[in-house]
Amino acid sequence: MRGVNILGHPGVREGLRLGLPYALASLILGISFGVIAEPVIGPLAAIVMSATLYAGSAQFAATAVLASGGSALAAIVAGVLLNARYGPMGIALAPSLRGGPLRRAAIGQTMIDFAWAASSRGGGRFDPAFMVGASMSAYPAWVGGTAIGVAAGDEIGDPSALGLDAIFPAFFLALLVEGELRRGRPLVAAGLGSLIALALLPLTPAGVPIIAASVAAVVAGVGRSEP
Amino acid sequence: MSDVPSAEIWITIAVLAITTAATRAAGPVALGGRTLPPRVTRVIALLAPALLGALVVVLMLGSAEGGELEVDARVLGVGAAAVVLARGGTALPAVAVAAVVTALARALLGA
Repeated sequence: MRGVNILGHPGVREGLRLGLPYALASLILGISFGVIAEPVIGPLAAIVMSATLYAGSAQFAATAVLASGGSALAAIVAGVLLNARYGPMGIALAPSLRGGPLRRAAIGQTMIDFAWAASSRGGGRFDPAFMVGASMSAYPAWVGGTAIGVAAGDEIGDPSALGLDAIFPAFFLALLVEGELRRGRPLVAAGLGSLIALALLPLTPAGVPIIAASVAAVVAGVGRSEP
Repeated sequence: MSDVPSAEIWITIAVLAITTAATRAAGPVALGGRTLPPRVTRVIALLAPALLGALVVVLMLGSAEGGELEVDARVLGVGAAAVVLARGGTALPAVAVAAVVTALARALLGA
């Protein structure tokens, strides 16, 4: 990336601005991670984890494994399974990326579910500058929220009382309805992907249902050409 | 502090930080910046709707530990968002309605 110039890019600025409401959700989720993680792994480790992973579901899962007496290996496996979805998500993103491998790898680091999904423009195209901006607006909220949660501890009530855990599924549903479902094949891919995830949810460790849903893209993509 | 050994904690964080960065870099490095065959491009283009559909289901019905269906107030919230979207609403009102309905359902029903 072009270092300090990055904030001058109009796509990045648009992503930063449009990402702000969701940065608020990241802040509160970050606080809840700090509250939950501090008694298990300590204050410094909780903040370092948020700063270096920037991956909510993997952080919650790995912390839950350690809290229940699981080994580091078990915690790592849980986290790796949840983050494996960045593999297919990165493949989806790849054709929209320009520049050398280092630049592409750096842009890949800003991949979080919300920013990736919000930068999808339908038909397989992505706006990488928008993703970088949206991810950058949520990063300080996530790390700062963790620090607040670590410091506040039990003073803060249960964040799920605010209904925050419904925000992201509703947002991804909105993106599907607004952007992806106009033509035949994307509708098949989304429907089949949902069904695969639903079928595997009760049977597999967390993370597997999302990765397995990639199969839906292959099935929907290799059929006969559209008329 | 808990009784989780410090070494276990820091090994977990270090390994996950490295694997997460590598996973995020893999697709962009391996497949970016070059022209792919049309069939491959077509499948890749369908990854976004397939993964989004799965994310909706998993975030609405999954639990942190995995291995179970957890039907709770989230279903009502996301359902209310679906109604907003079906009536032509955009993402932000749909998301707001989802949070409010979920919070109200938790407060009233304890679900």
